[in-house]
Amino acid sequence: MIQINNLWKRYGDTSVLERINAEVKEGEFITLVGTSGCGKSTFLKLLLGTEQQSQGELLLDGKPIPAEPDRHRGIVFQQYSVFPHLSVLKNVMAARAFAEGRISALLLGRRRREARAEAEALLESVGLSHVLESYPHQLSGGMRQRLAIAQALVLKPRILLLDEPFGALDPGIRGDMHELILNLWHQQQLTVFMVTHDLKEGFYLGTRLWVFDKIRHDPQAPQAFGATITYDIPVGRTERKIYEEIDNQLRPVAAV
Amino acid sequence: MKRLINLQPAPPLRFILGLLPLVLLVLLYVWASDARLAANPVDKLLPSLGQFADAIKLMAWEPDKRSGDILLWVDTLSSLQRLAIGIALSALFGLMLGLVTGALPLVNAGFSPLLTLISLIPPMAILPILFIVFGLGELSKVALILVGVGPIIARDMQRQTREIPFEQLVKAQTLGANSLQILTGVLLPQLLPRLIGSIRLALGTGWLFLIAAEAIASTDGLGYRIFLVRRYMAMDIILPYVAWIALLALIIDQGLMRLNRRLFPWYQSEGGR
Repeated sequence: MIQINNLWKRYGDTSVLERINAEVKEGEFITLVGTSGCGKSTFLKLLLGTEQQSQGELLLDGKPIPAEPDRHRGIVFQQYSVFPHLSVLKNVMAARAFAEGRISALLLGRRRREARAEAEALLESVGLSHVLESYPHQLSGGMRQRLAIAQALVLKPRILLLDEPFGALDPGIRGDMHELILNLWHQQQLTVFMVTHDLKEGFYLGTRLWVFDKIRHDPQAPQAFGATITYDIPVGRTERKIYEEIDNQLRPVAAV
Repeated sequence: MKRLINLQPAPPLRFILGLLPLVLLVLLYVWASDARLAANPVDKLLPSLGQFADAIKLMAWEPDKRSGDILLWVDTLSSLQRLAIGIALSALFGLMLGLVTGALPLVNAGFSPLLTLISLIPPMAILPILFIVFGLGELSKVALILVGVGPIIARDMQRQTREIPFEQLVKAQTLGANSLQILTGVLLPQLLPRLIGSIRLALGTGWLFLIAAEAIASTDGLGYRIFLVRRYMAMDIILPYVAWIALLALIIDQGLMRLNRRLFPWYQSEGGR
C-alpha cells in the first residue's frame, strides 16, 4: 500500500531523515521508536501531509501521498486533538458534519439523527457513553484520548497515525488504551503508524517495529546527517538479544 | 512567623484591607475640604459632602430649567449609546479581520502591514478628519471609537487565532473539513469568549475616545457635561460625574465577565485566558 523510496527530509542545513526505504502492506501495525529528535514525528508528519519530503518518494497506492491532511488519514496527537468548545458527542458528530456539510458544519433533520446515532455507537465502543454531554476539560487524560481516537475513526480512514498518544497517561490506563486500540485495529482493518518512546509498548502493540537512529556521525557538524530506519523487525519473533540491544541504545532517553 | 510572601489575608481581613485606602482617601478629602472652606466659604475647588449631595440632586432628580430634561440621565443615555455602537462595531470589525488574517496566511500577507500601520496612527490625530468627513453628529463620535478601538481588538483577535493549537486545525482537516468550515466551526466559536475578554480590556480605551469626542463637539453626554461645567469650576458636579463613569465602567466590565462565564462554560477552565 505504502512505498517509500530513498526518502530524505532536511530543514536548511539540518538533515532529519535520510535514505529511508520501506514498503508497508495494508493492515500492518507499525510502531516507530527512537531517541528524541530522531525524526520519528517528522516521518509521521510526512505521512500526514503537513510536511513534505525534500527528496525521494512517498507513495500511497503508487501515487504521491497528498500534500495536505485529508479524511483517509486519521490522527491522534498527544494532546490538543479534540475541540474544547464541543461536547463529547458533538466532537464525534463534527466529523460527519464536516464531511457532509457543504458550507457550514451544521447538520439538520435526518442526517443529524443519523450522525448522532453513529457517534453514540462509536463512543459506546470506546467506553464514553456515560459522558456524552461533558466537555473535554471535564474528562481525564485517558478519556480525552479515547475521545480523540473515536473522533479519528468516524470517517473510517484507511490509515491511522498516532503521535505518542499515550505518552501523558498513567501506566495502568495505558494498558486499557492498548487493548482498545488493538481491538479497533482488528475491527476496522486499519493500517496503523504509532510513534512511541516506550519500547515495551512498541513490542507489545505492533506487528512491526521500526527503530529510527543516526548511523552516520560527523563530529564537526552533528546536524549534517539524518536518522534512518536501523531496525525493521517483525514483532512476535524477536530475540531477547535484539530487544536488549535496542533497549540499551534508547535507555538514556527512556530514563528522562 | 511565616515569611511575608506566604502570609495570606483571611476573607474578612482581605475585605477590610481593600476598604481601608478608600476610607482613608474620603477622610483625607473631608479634612482638606473643611480646612479650605473654613478659610474661604465660597471656595469651589474642594466642595463639602453636602454640596455634592445638592449637586447630585440637581443633576439626577430635578428637570433642567431650560430643556426640562433630567440632565444626568440624558447624558448617560447618549454616552452609553455612542459607546455601545462604537464598541459593537469595533468588535465585529476586529473579530472578522482578526479571524481571517490569523487563519489565512494569504490574507494576512495582504492586510497585516496595513493594519500595523493604521494602529500606529494616534486616533486623536485624525479626529479633525472624522469631523470633516462625518460632520459633528453622532457618526463622527462612533467613528472615533471605531478607529481607536477596532485595530486593538483586531490585533488581539489575530494573535488569539494563531494561539489556537495547530493540532486542532490538522485534526479538522483529517475529518474532511474545508477552509470555511474550519473558520466557522473550529476557530470562530473558540474566538467568541476571547473576544469578550478583548472587549473588556478595550473598553477603557473606548471611554477615553468617547469622552474626548464629546468634549470637543457635542450637545450632551457625560464627557460634554464635565467639560461644560469646567468653565464654572463646578467641582461639585465634575467629581460625581467621574464617580458615575467609573461605576458604569465597573458594572459593564463585571457584566461582560459574567456573560462570558455563562455563555462559554468550556472556556473558563483553560485558565481564563
